[in-house]
Amino acid sequence: MTNQDMRTPKAKILHLGSARSGTSDHVAQRATALAIAPLSVFFIVSVVALAGAEYDTARAYLGHPLVAILLIALIGAVVVHMRIGVKITIEDYVHSDGLKHYMLLASSFFSYGVGLACIYAVLKISFGS
Amino acid sequence: MAAPRQVERPLSPHLQIYRFTITMAMSIIHRITGVGLYFGMALLAWWLLAAATGPEAYAVFLGVADSIIGKLVLFGFTWALCNHLLSGIRYFFWDAALAFELKTADTISWAAAIGGVVLAIIVWVAAIALRGVL
Repeated sequence: MTNQDMRTPKAKILHLGSARSGTSDHVAQRATALAIAPLSVFFIVSVVALAGAEYDTARAYLGHPLVAILLIALIGAVVVHMRIGVKITIEDYVHSDGLKHYMLLASSFFSYGVGLACIYAVLKISFGS
Repeated sequence: MAAPRQVERPLSPHLQIYRFTITMAMSIIHRITGVGLYFGMALLAWWLLAAATGPEAYAVFLGVADSIIGKLVLFGFTWALCNHLLSGIRYFFWDAALAFELKTADTISWAAAIGGVVLAIIVWVAAIALRGVL
């Protein structure tokens, strides 16, 4: 009788769950949430103040060093948070190994791409004003 | 020798068999709003890139944002953010092994559900009232 499963018991318990990984995502999700909670309040207040503002006013506000730094901090934390959140969702509902990995890859590209675009825009506004 | 009998294995019950609880509903809504905000981040990128590009690009963004569909989407984004924020705070309590009593868990879940709607409305009322404050 051949043993199909060559993995040791320890290897098995180290790869529990559909994610095949441990608690690092969970910890990162909570750590980023802790950062995002106050930063998103700042973001909401900013958008409320900027609603209907002129182009120059919006640029001057977004380009202020303190605002730009807080925005970049928010975007950085959000990119990690959104990537993990959707990763967990994909892992929960997509069970075909091939499709799952392409979706995870696409989701990572989207998350990092959106973050890159936002940070580039904030830096351009801030350095240009 | 008789062929091995097919075992009738029990199936796990599906969603509709469970009684509605607010914690269950908010768990699903938390995930839905999270995925919504994920795609909504493209709108934030558009807004910031428009501001970085120039007055014409910014006017295009404002035109779309000011349309009926734009307002609906932005209100949806606002509600999703408020709901996800308040709903997410519950997980900090639960991670600390607090608020697991059924009554407490239900109460904070209702508070997050109602608070998310109320907060979204407050944000929009404030935005309209303070229009052009800067």
